[in-house]
Amino acid sequence: MSTAAHSAHSSQGKPAKPQAAAKPRTLWSLLLRNRLAAIGLTFIFIWTVIAVIAPWIAPYDPYVTNMANKLQAPSASHWFGTDNFGRDILSRVLYGARISIWTGLIAVGISFVIGVPLGGIAAYYGGRTGTVIMRLMDILLSFPSLVLSMAIAASIGAGLTSAMIAVGIVGIPEFARLMFGQTVSLREKEYIEASRAIGVKNTVILYRHILPNALAPLMVQATLGMGFAILTASSLSFLGLGVKPPIAEWGAMISEGREYIISGQWWLVTFPGLSIATSILGFNLLGDGFRDVLDPRLRSGK
Amino acid sequence: MFAYTLKRLVQMVPTLLGIIVITFILSRVLPGDPAIMLAGEQAPEEIVNKIRMDMGLDQPLYIQFFSYLGQLLKGDIGYAYHTGHSVASDLATRFPATIELTLASILIAILVAIPVGIVAATKKESILDHISRVFSLIGACVPIFWLGLMFIYIFYSILGWAPAPMGRISGDLNPPVHLTGLYVLDSILSGDIIALKSSLAHLLLPAICLSTGTMAIVARMTRSSMLEVVDQDFVRTARAKGLRESAVVYKHALVNALIPTLTVLGLQFGFLMGGAVITETIFSWPGIGGYVTDSILAADYAPIQAFTLVSAVLYCVINLAVDLIYGFIDPRIRYE
Repeated sequence: MSTAAHSAHSSQGKPAKPQAAAKPRTLWSLLLRNRLAAIGLTFIFIWTVIAVIAPWIAPYDPYVTNMANKLQAPSASHWFGTDNFGRDILSRVLYGARISIWTGLIAVGISFVIGVPLGGIAAYYGGRTGTVIMRLMDILLSFPSLVLSMAIAASIGAGLTSAMIAVGIVGIPEFARLMFGQTVSLREKEYIEASRAIGVKNTVILYRHILPNALAPLMVQATLGMGFAILTASSLSFLGLGVKPPIAEWGAMISEGREYIISGQWWLVTFPGLSIATSILGFNLLGDGFRDVLDPRLRSGK
Repeated sequence: MFAYTLKRLVQMVPTLLGIIVITFILSRVLPGDPAIMLAGEQAPEEIVNKIRMDMGLDQPLYIQFFSYLGQLLKGDIGYAYHTGHSVASDLATRFPATIELTLASILIAILVAIPVGIVAATKKESILDHISRVFSLIGACVPIFWLGLMFIYIFYSILGWAPAPMGRISGDLNPPVHLTGLYVLDSILSGDIIALKSSLAHLLLPAICLSTGTMAIVARMTRSSMLEVVDQDFVRTARAKGLRESAVVYKHALVNALIPTLTVLGLQFGFLMGGAVITETIFSWPGIGGYVTDSILAADYAPIQAFTLVSAVLYCVINLAVDLIYGFIDPRIRYE
């Protein structure tokens, strides 16, 4: 921690530079040596690649209906079968990766961009502002997360954007609390005091000196937050508050395929469900592994 | 103890006010105009305006807030257009079904996850430990709406073990005599074996479905807090004085390991409320969760806001209760 802090501080930066360059490499290799984290990373990598190249690898257009071909079981021509409109489920699942990963990124981005400054300001300035901010965060945390995101999405109106905003808002308090805790412990460090003494502006101290040192735990939270965001957003779509059919989104696909489960057409919901589960699993495994690597207490225990 | 309880209750007031402010804000940025919804889409402008004035929607926001607060104090949490009843009475009718479902899933989580956590901790790195770890990982990432549908497919469509996922009891049976509103409990109390069998069969799948996430977390928490406790001196002392292993584990270690588990269980309430919305929708369970989904589909938002408010308040109360229960489990905890 402290080596990165010194390198971030320009006036003392020169001896620390090579160390700072070596650090990410060791963290990376530790992460890859952690078996579960490596599995998680693999899942994330696969889904991200799919999301990027979906239009080129999808065997069919995910939106073209073909009623003559509806509810076909998985076969050589349709690996994952077809849905109630005869659309190819494999293609829809591949396209769905784009929406889920994108939703996760935007939602976590919203939580991060709002939550981190709030927590940093609350801890750095303290006083009444700090109390009010953190009390507000506590209040937000007292709402069950899915319920609050439902209420927000319902208020804004169903749709992809409102699902992203709703999930993003619900994630704010976690980031704020994490940043709050980090800032409180960093605030008293000597190099912060030194920057203050030479007249560096508070906002600069927060952004340049405190944030980089708090980044590791925030990245853990962001990784775990991706899993949470994908799960919550797909739940909203399933309930009709997020992405609406016919858009190829995993939660909405399960919602559409729901009524066919009793008559035995299992493939309509099975494949989108497995996609949600494996993508969340990827982020959870990586997040846990990340945390283990960063927590030296756990590392030495192995 | 009494003074502490009182202090905590007083501390809860600002939080409750905050919750009310947030639900108020959410209810005022609604897409629909309540006056138009009440008057009907084709109502002439004058009537809509009159209703708007009657409802106080033309008042400044802070006055609207105080009248909202006044309504809440009277127990008025809005009107559900799609059922034609007040939200409070709708919630009251459906509440027992949700209580039954959530209680059953908490019970399942406790009965399954705590023993699993204990075994995983006492037989660390054994096959059982690994299996429970894999299940915990899966339980945390499988979406509950998908799991429920898979349960229905496997246990109803293929195996035929479970009854049709429709409601709390077979359609051709009468519900048991209304005593508590919980069908399983009522049929036991009234000795109605047929109703008991049917209501248990209807309850089992949704309750397991709802409890998976909780089971995963509780099992992991029990395991890790057991592992922390078993290394401590008093456990070694207990072994050294020749106590049987089961007495060491259950009387000494477990009691001390239970506090983090209890905290997690209290925090799970919020998750269960969200999960109930999904589970009840899938299993056509006539509780609050299904009601919320019906409201979403009918674009009727007052019940959603009311549900949000009620579950946040309940969440605060339950976590206060959990804090107070610590004192009973661990006599070392003294409330100041």
